[in-house]
Amino acid sequence: MLPVLLVLTLVEIGSGLILGSFEAELLRYPSLLVLVPVTIGTAGNLGSILAARLSTSFHLGTLSFSPADDELAGNAIATVVLALTVFPIIGVGAWILTALVSGSTALSLEKVVLISSTSGVSLAVLAVFVTFTATYIAYQFGLDPDDVVIPVVTNVCDVLGVVVLFAVSQLLI
Amino acid sequence: MTVRDVAVEAYREALPALAASLVGGLIAGVVLGGMRAELRAVPGLLVLVPALLATRGNVYGSLGARIATALHQGLIEPHVVGGDERLRAAAIAALANGVLTSTFASIVAFFLLTFLGSRVAPLPILVGIAIVAGLLSGIVLTVVVVTVVFAGYRRGRNPDTIVGPLVTTTGDVFGILFLLIAVRTILAIAGVF
Repeated sequence: MLPVLLVLTLVEIGSGLILGSFEAELLRYPSLLVLVPVTIGTAGNLGSILAARLSTSFHLGTLSFSPADDELAGNAIATVVLALTVFPIIGVGAWILTALVSGSTALSLEKVVLISSTSGVSLAVLAVFVTFTATYIAYQFGLDPDDVVIPVVTNVCDVLGVVVLFAVSQLLI
Repeated sequence: MTVRDVAVEAYREALPALAASLVGGLIAGVVLGGMRAELRAVPGLLVLVPALLATRGNVYGSLGARIATALHQGLIEPHVVGGDERLRAAAIAALANGVLTSTFASIVAFFLLTFLGSRVAPLPILVGIAIVAGLLSGIVLTVVVVTVVFAGYRRGRNPDTIVGPLVTTTGDVFGILFLLIAVRTILAIAGVF
C-alpha cells in the first residue's frame, strides 16, 4: 500500500502548491480559507460515490459505455443535482461560521455563496468526466474498478477542488 | 430503470453521506481559518494541508474497509477487549503508513518550495509538525474507526456503509485539529532551543 500512498502524496503536494500560490488571498479572506477543506472533501466524495455506484453496476453487468446508457446519464444528473443542493449550503455555512469566529468576513454572503456554488457545479461536471474516463480505462485494461478507480478519482477531485476554487475566486473577487 | 429513476435513487443514497462530511468539512475549515497566525509563522504549511488531509482519508479509510471485510468474513470479533492479533497488526500498519506518508509529504514540500525559490520554514520544523500531527491524528482515528465500526456492526449495521462517511468526516476534523496542536507544540519546542 505504501508506494500507492507516496504517489498519491505527490499528486496532493501539487494541489498544495496551487493552494500556496494564492495564500495571500486566502489569508485576506478567511471565508475562502474555510471553504478549502469542505470544497475538496465534497468534490472527492461526489467522485467516489459516483465511482462506487458505477463499479457496482459494472460488476452487475448493467452498465454499458454508451452516451445513451440510462445508468450513466442518471448517475451524472444525480451528481450535478447533489452539487446544486449542497454547495449553496456550504457557502452559507462558511460565511456564517467565519462571521461568528473571526467577527468580520471581508466578503459578502452573496459573494461567498456564488463562489461555492459556481465551484461546486463546475467540480460536479469535472467529477463526472473524470470518473467516467477512469472507469472506462480500468475496464479497457481489464482492471477491477473497485481497486483502482476510487483512490484515483478521490485524489484527482482533491486537486481539481483546489484548482477550481482558485480559478473561481480569481474570476469573482 | 429510466434515467429519472436512476438519478432519484443515486441522489437519495448519496445525500446523507454528503451531509455528514459537509459538517466535518466546515468544522475543519473553521479550525483552518483560525490558524492564520500559524500559517504565517510556518511558510510552506498550507502546501502540506491537502496531502495531510488526503493521507488521513486514504490510510484510515483503507483500515476501516479492511476491518469491515474481516467482520463480514468472521475473521475478527467486534470486541476490542483482549486485543485481537489481526486487529492490532492492521492498526499498527495503518499508523506506520500514516506517519511515513506525512513525513514524506513534508520532505517533498520542503525541497520543492526551496527549488522554486519560495519562502519555506526549516526542514526540521516541517518534518516535526508532520510526524506529531500524523501520530496524534492516527491514534485518535484508529480508535474512532474501530469503536464506531464495531458498535455499528453489533447493532446490525453494514460496516461498509459506515466507514466512508465516518472517515471523511472525522479525518478532516481531527486532521486539521491535530495539525494545529502539532504546529503549536513544535513552535513552542523550537522557541525553547
